[in-house]
Amino acid sequence: MSADVTKAEPPSGDPGTDRTGAVDPVAQQGPPVGGMPSRQGGLAGFLSGPLGRNAGLVVALVLLIIVGIITAGDRFASPENALTILRLGSVIGVVSVGMTFVICGGGIDLSVGAIVALSSVWATTVATQTLAADFHWIVMVFAALAVGGVCGLVNGVLIAYGRIAPFIATLAMLAAARGLAEIIAKRRTQIIRDRDFINFFGGSVLGIPVLVILFAIVAVVGWVLLNRTTFGRRTLAIGGNPEAARLAGIRVQRQTMYLYILLGVACGIAAVMIMARTTTGTSTHGTLYELDAIAAVVIGGTLLSGGRGTVVGTVLGVLIFTTLTNVFTLNNLDTSTQAVAKGAIIVAAVLLQQRVSRTRST
Amino acid sequence: MSASLPLTTKRIAFAAITLSAALVAAGCTSNEPATTPAASTQQPAGNAASSNDAPGKKVVIGFSGPAADHGWLAAINNSALEEAKKHSDVELKAAEGTNDASLQISQIETFINDKVDAIVLLPTDGAALTEVATKAMQAGIPVINVDREFSSPFAARSTILGDNYGMGVSAGTYACQVVKDKNLTNPVIAEIAGIDALPLTQDRSKGFADALKACNQTVDNRVAAEFTVESGEKQASNLLQAAPKIDVLWNHDDDQGVGVMAALDQANRHEMAFIGGAGSANAMRWIQEGKMAATVIYPPTQAADGIKLARLIAQGKGLSDLVQVEVPKRIVLNAPVVTKDNVEQYLPLGFES
Repeated sequence: MSADVTKAEPPSGDPGTDRTGAVDPVAQQGPPVGGMPSRQGGLAGFLSGPLGRNAGLVVALVLLIIVGIITAGDRFASPENALTILRLGSVIGVVSVGMTFVICGGGIDLSVGAIVALSSVWATTVATQTLAADFHWIVMVFAALAVGGVCGLVNGVLIAYGRIAPFIATLAMLAAARGLAEIIAKRRTQIIRDRDFINFFGGSVLGIPVLVILFAIVAVVGWVLLNRTTFGRRTLAIGGNPEAARLAGIRVQRQTMYLYILLGVACGIAAVMIMARTTTGTSTHGTLYELDAIAAVVIGGTLLSGGRGTVVGTVLGVLIFTTLTNVFTLNNLDTSTQAVAKGAIIVAAVLLQQRVSRTRST
Repeated sequence: MSASLPLTTKRIAFAAITLSAALVAAGCTSNEPATTPAASTQQPAGNAASSNDAPGKKVVIGFSGPAADHGWLAAINNSALEEAKKHSDVELKAAEGTNDASLQISQIETFINDKVDAIVLLPTDGAALTEVATKAMQAGIPVINVDREFSSPFAARSTILGDNYGMGVSAGTYACQVVKDKNLTNPVIAEIAGIDALPLTQDRSKGFADALKACNQTVDNRVAAEFTVESGEKQASNLLQAAPKIDVLWNHDDDQGVGVMAALDQANRHEMAFIGGAGSANAMRWIQEGKMAATVIYPPTQAADGIKLARLIAQGKGLSDLVQVEVPKRIVLNAPVVTKDNVEQYLPLGFES
């Protein structure tokens, strides 16, 4: 099995030296911890591989869950609460999975929150809602996906062909998209009138909320795309060493553009989800998503400089953050304490991840 | 503008109004008139017309407020613009709303250079705008300070404020009433605050806690959202897990209340008396439908009142229902509770979020 934390090492690269080694250089050679079956072990390998590689995160999450059970007991350990955590994590989760690709490809996107806002607003304008009422609510979904995709396309073209630094191009998109959202919505909260839309996305299938199912689908598709397809290999290649990737025959610019479009569409999906959750579209949706998504991705073990990334780690990162907020709320802690603890846990999770990595690599 | 501010001496009136925040009962009575002027902007019948409304000397009023990125702030701006249009003798110069204190300072400097007759200012940050407001006052231009107070008494000719502490008190008093009416022995009382770092949120929470003390209750679960729909939904979802049963829930802000309501619907939890804050049209419709018990008004017409006061001051008039011939230095608006019984009366004042 190719590693979940795929090492798409460009021909010239030396794994030990070309990255700082600060965050886990283990990916490809680390024997799974705790006597788990080795990675070629079929299904067992499939399961233990990603988890083994993300041991630090798993430990952090398990600790968090234990704290939750001890401090909040049944209120925390109920299936209902577990679904609440998953539901709350699903929106930022979808964005984070998309962000994993962009960061793997050596880029960054600061505009995700603004794109979510713009998509949600565009999909809930009177015009869109009227069209949806005449036809089907799927119109709203398409509107959100299309707006997200187009924003991503603009980002991608500016970065890949316009050669603007990703940080700057997406910063510009952040400002412009949120501004446009405010203009379209006239800074009002647009309420969704279509009950079918709300009922569909707000509902459950076999007891599992549709939002969570969507998140799961996005995560699985993301995992397969990154680890099992040429698209994924190209992504890691251009992130690791764009020049080598170009020499190897990869069309770096086109691939870069695709990554931003992919993230834009993910933002569109997230917009649909948040519309369902809040029953509204407004320019304040998605505030600070860029930071939440980048934090989840980096904590997950994806290299901020690109070239290596893990969807499983990202999902774990999202779950850690969401569970954290949940545990705090169940214990009635105030927001200032939450903020301090959040900062401490980010550092702790990364340190833990590094330690586990080092022990395994030596 | 009608008023029954304590009709003793001016000085005592000031003191009384200032203290009203701390005195629950006094706060309610002494602030009483303030809602009526608010109502007057859309319900002319609410307030008696006076000779003050007759067109007088032409005045130019400069108006600057924060960016309207929130339903309540949008309502503040809109009602101010509408109020100005009603007076043929008022020419309004409205600066583009901003959340950038330094930009707002330059807007005020422009007003000073233009030699406007009065300035109505809802600062992004009271302390940050104090100096430029003082400069305007020194240049002979009366400044009307709206909602967020300056840090110096020399910076404004007149100040008109919403009562954040009183809002908490009103919500808490209503909560106590619910507890009493339902005869609850050990009620679970929850609170969804706004941005915790803001003084206005702290004031609201303090008022709520103080009023609950009166009936020996405390807040059992408290979370803080960010005045956005999304944060309201998120915090409420977690809160509902934290408290399997809630008897009274106060949410500080009806804009984020849309998200809170979405979370309540999602979890199918409507067992509690849900109290809102600010007084949006949505909230009032929920009250009519029975999905919400009450909401506490935080008047979105303060800036409109500010325009009216600025006009009177620039024309050298006083408040018609006061014996005192000058406009008062400080007015604190009431924070009334809207319930099913009086929602019809307040619905016209509700702002669309």
